[in-house]
Amino acid sequence: MSMDTQTPPSTMAHVSSPKTGAPVVLENLTRRFGTTKALDGFTLRIEPGEFVALLGPSGCGKTTALRVLAGFERPDIGKVLVDGLDVVHVPAQKRDMGMVFQSYSLFPNMSARDNVAFGLQLRHQRSTPRRARADELLELVGLSEHTNKYPHQLSGGQQQRVALARALAIEPRVLLLDEPLSALDAKVRAELRDQIRALQQRLMITTVFVTHDQEEALSMADRVCVMSRGRAEQIATPAELYSKPSTEFVAQFVGISSRVAVVRTGDSVALFGRDVKIRGEAPEGAESLDALLRPEDVDVVVAPTGLGIITHKSFLGATTRLEVGIGGAAVKADILSSGAEVFELGTRVDLVANARDVLVTASRPAT
Amino acid sequence: MASLVLGDAIEHDEFMDDYSRGTPSRPWFFRVHWGRGIALVLAAAYFIVPFYAAMQFSLQNVDGHFSLQPLTQIAQQPGFLSALWLSTQLAIATMAIVLILMVPTMIYVHLRMPRFRRVMEVITILPIVIPPIVLIVGVDGVTPLWLKSSQYLLALVYVVLAMPYVYRSLDAGLGALDLKTLVEAARSLGSGWVSIIWRVLVPNLRSALLSASVLTLALVFGEFTIASLDGWTTIPVWIYSAPTNSPRVNTLVAMLALLATCAVLMLIVSFDRKSHSRRN
Repeated sequence: MSMDTQTPPSTMAHVSSPKTGAPVVLENLTRRFGTTKALDGFTLRIEPGEFVALLGPSGCGKTTALRVLAGFERPDIGKVLVDGLDVVHVPAQKRDMGMVFQSYSLFPNMSARDNVAFGLQLRHQRSTPRRARADELLELVGLSEHTNKYPHQLSGGQQQRVALARALAIEPRVLLLDEPLSALDAKVRAELRDQIRALQQRLMITTVFVTHDQEEALSMADRVCVMSRGRAEQIATPAELYSKPSTEFVAQFVGISSRVAVVRTGDSVALFGRDVKIRGEAPEGAESLDALLRPEDVDVVVAPTGLGIITHKSFLGATTRLEVGIGGAAVKADILSSGAEVFELGTRVDLVANARDVLVTASRPAT
Repeated sequence: MASLVLGDAIEHDEFMDDYSRGTPSRPWFFRVHWGRGIALVLAAAYFIVPFYAAMQFSLQNVDGHFSLQPLTQIAQQPGFLSALWLSTQLAIATMAIVLILMVPTMIYVHLRMPRFRRVMEVITILPIVIPPIVLIVGVDGVTPLWLKSSQYLLALVYVVLAMPYVYRSLDAGLGALDLKTLVEAARSLGSGWVSIIWRVLVPNLRSALLSASVLTLALVFGEFTIASLDGWTTIPVWIYSAPTNSPRVNTLVAMLALLATCAVLMLIVSFDRKSHSRRN
């Protein structure tokens, strides 16, 4: 049995809840590194006990935002309000925030128990309750049998769970997670993802989670903040973010989108012979427009005289993804795998838009 | 024939036994690495022969028998104990000063000024390049009178001399740690800098600190020029200059100092191996 498949969160030990999570406001943060603007007027409000994911590509500023909140970076401009107090000038060690890092950050010279108890020792907690609390938290993350092991004796997933227990031990006002799953293999990552979410919901601790993995962000967070070039592109619930991306960047970054040239007719666009409402505002003054479509926004129908041709077919389990070449565009569509056998490569098909509304952007110049 | 999956094959004991045992195709004479053996014997001889000759000179009587009697004479030699005490004091002071100076500096440079490491490397090499006589003449020229009369001036000069070795030991030790993450993890848990250094970094730099300490110890116990020019009778100066010394006792003291340094170095190597195997 894998060492990482241990006690699920639902059967975990009873642990006293830490203090209620604090509200956090990052207000108009700007941080430059040389000529690069890592944060450019970034603003985010987080409710007490909320789980917010910062999602974006490398270099978008998400880690810088987290480090500013943690106190490891100081913003050039802007405020960091925790519980209503500006903590910009408060050093990291006095901010009362627990953090789990991307790389394994356990102290190599200490056992799992000592690692978890480290923060409590700094708070002058006596030996017996300190050990009891450390054991309690290790049990909470399913590692009660590994309390005396050293980091090098633990797997990557176990080390990250000890790091999580260590961060929770100090009963932080805010829990910061800096891509804690990215160094783990897929199975352990999925397990730990569920554990973290379950723990957060149980302890109701304000949590900021940095990731570049949209699946992680969408499955764990109450709200997701998609970042690009140091700014928040969209802050919304996972469902809203996916179904109603507010910008082209969000539509392209979250989920899969296909671009199809469309013609505007009032507040709608003509899409595969059907009028579909424009979501939000269409770009003003654009000569030509593209609609951004999710794979599930399109139905595929076999039609011997159809305008589209199936160019790719990928089996994804319950669904199969088809790529249809039509009018110079490549449109991705998901269909149920049970009915996919009729769609062979080269089959002529018609596409039918099934979305109520669609995001429209200015066409990209041909390259 | 059933196909064999690689994982199954690796877990299969017989397969692994056959695989790991291999089949010797050549007689042992040809399988021995003679080149390595010869190089090792030559290197060992280079160190052992002079050492044996010195020990023979020290411990062999005129009748050809070996005797440990010169060992008992060492402590009775005039000035030996005071020279040993002075060297010990200097070694302890030098180790303390150089580590207190260098550990926080190196941590700071690794964390905040990684580009400055090259400059540090060049600066710390200077004591090797500058002749000791130039160094001590320069130091004497700028030292206030009250410090000139103190033996701790010598310790301060030894701190400079020890820097190249201490720098390299600590640089290697810090390079092996994920320093930034460890420091930030400790800070997020509420640890101040003193606590970070003392509770997190120093325990993980044990090997590097030990190496640096032993190299400093060896340097202080072996340094002659500066101590002699500054008028202090340390062990090397005593060996060279005490007029009443028996040459046999002098040689024996030098050899014992060498042996003690070797013993400490071997202790560090074994300690390093232990902690390395524990880590893996």
